[in-house]
Amino acid sequence: MASPKISLRGVTKSFGAKKVLQGIDLDVAPAESVVVIGGSGSGKSVLLKCILGLMQPDEGSIKVDGEETVDLSERGRQRVMRKFGMLFQGGALFDSLQVWENVAFGPIQSDGMAPAEARQVAIAKLAAVGLGPEIGVLRPSELSGGMQKRVALARAIAREPEIIFFDEPTTGLDPIMADVINELIVKSVNDLGATAVSITHDMASARKIGHRIAMLYDGKLIWQGPVSDIERSGNDHVDQFIHGRAEGPIQMQVRKL
Amino acid sequence: MSIPLITILGRMTIAFLAATGSVTAFAFHAVRQAVQPPYYRRQILSQILEIGYYSLPVVGLTAIFTGMVLALQSYTGFARFSAESAIPNVVVVSLTRELGPVLASLMVAGRVGASIAAEIGTMRVTEQIDALTTLSTDPFKYLVAPRLIAGVVTLPILVLLSDIIGVLGGYLVGVYKLDFNDTAYLRNTIDFLQFMDVFSGLVKAAVFGFLITLMGCYHGYTSKGGAQGVGMATTNAVVSASILIFTFNYFLTEAFFSR
Ligand SMILES: Nc1ncnc2c1ncn2[C@@H]1O[C@H](COP(=O)(O)OP(=O)(O)OP(=O)(O)O)[C@@H](O)[C@H]1O
Ligand SMILES: [Mg+2]
Repeated sequence: MASPKISLRGVTKSFGAKKVLQGIDLDVAPAESVVVIGGSGSGKSVLLKCILGLMQPDEGSIKVDGEETVDLSERGRQRVMRKFGMLFQGGALFDSLQVWENVAFGPIQSDGMAPAEARQVAIAKLAAVGLGPEIGVLRPSELSGGMQKRVALARAIAREPEIIFFDEPTTGLDPIMADVINELIVKSVNDLGATAVSITHDMASARKIGHRIAMLYDGKLIWQGPVSDIERSGNDHVDQFIHGRAEGPIQMQVRKL
Repeated sequence: MSIPLITILGRMTIAFLAATGSVTAFAFHAVRQAVQPPYYRRQILSQILEIGYYSLPVVGLTAIFTGMVLALQSYTGFARFSAESAIPNVVVVSLTRELGPVLASLMVAGRVGASIAAEIGTMRVTEQIDALTTLSTDPFKYLVAPRLIAGVVTLPILVLLSDIIGVLGGYLVGVYKLDFNDTAYLRNTIDFLQFMDVFSGLVKAAVFGFLITLMGCYHGYTSKGGAQGVGMATTNAVVSASILIFTFNYFLTEAFFSR
């Protein structure tokens, strides 16, 4: 593999007594699209937030383009952040701003683009996720859940970042729109040469957008391999997960609050 | 009771010191970000509008009734030893030194401190603050600094206006109810007023403006756990700002006027 875009070694993260990540090793090559699957609450979102520096991992090393990012200074963090775009699981749209201002936020605030120009960019990105220009002047609270997700996606790709994280991009969308979004993600990776890490529960989507799949279970990546190998992973946990069976080695634990 | 009192006191002391430490660290970081570019001018202006302009009605009403009641109360007291002529002076000095800054700041703490905490708290729990960071925007610069700047700038202006409105309230009661001569009332107001009376009040206002917005931002920024967490942040912002206003008011008075 060429020198990896993102490289994780021995990353751990606990919340109090609860160990969420227990030694994650992961390499993502430039222009590669990796899909992380795993049960609800297994720590997939936490993993992305650790890479982004929104959470501090307890131990381990996280390198972006060969540069260690754990313990980075504030300024260094901002510089590294310029490479990233993130679609948050909950959207995380700025509710005090209009939709187009949300999408244009990165171009205007951090790249210094003129508002008029950024507005055109925003409208184009909104169109790419199937939203017309009339949506641009609404507030996020006036949109449906699926529309919010698509606006958040438009915001994540508006700056055409080198690395894009998608946290459940198709959750809450109808099957047709889900496929449109899948194609958009594939296009971002292919056309822009972006490196992508996506989280999804939707195996159809995983197959479509991923080059490689990694499964998170019990704080570790228990299996990684090309998408084509997922059916013959030889791993009982993976088999149970991709076929969605209740019986198998993964026991659904009833978690205490 | 199974836990001895000393343990409870010890725990409270530790919690208090820890909170003081983290608020101080937050404040230093915020001020450093506020004085370094880039400045988000639009944010600063909209906060000045929000904190200053929209607080005018409530601050003005507080001031006029405070001035009126001061004149009325001091009349009922001072008439007993025929010292009515001191009333205009009592009104203006009480207002500019103490009641103007303290009451206006308390009203702003209730109105603005709460809304800052609720807004930033909601942004925290819905990951909007994380989203800011991923868009290479420092949340301290974009959210906290504009509010602190607006607080420090607008509170003195609000208090100056509230001083004027308060004196007007006293004048109305003095002239129309207590039968003062109107020019005499105004002359008595101005003749004994010293620069320091007004100036100290404005300095207090700037400090209180900082404290109110700092508490709003701090409690909002550190809130966790959904709607309940945001509700708690809002309450804490108002309560802590109010207590800090009274505490700092005493020490500022001491610094300005005790010798
Ligand atoms: N800020 C936090 N404080 C405490 N615990 C947290 C925090 N964030 C996440 N956790 C815990 O970490 C675990 C993993 O959470 P995470 O959000 O990564 O799950 P996930 O794999 O993304 O699940 P889902 O598929 O449902 O989104 C959960 O058990 C959660 O309770
Ligand atoms: Mg998640």
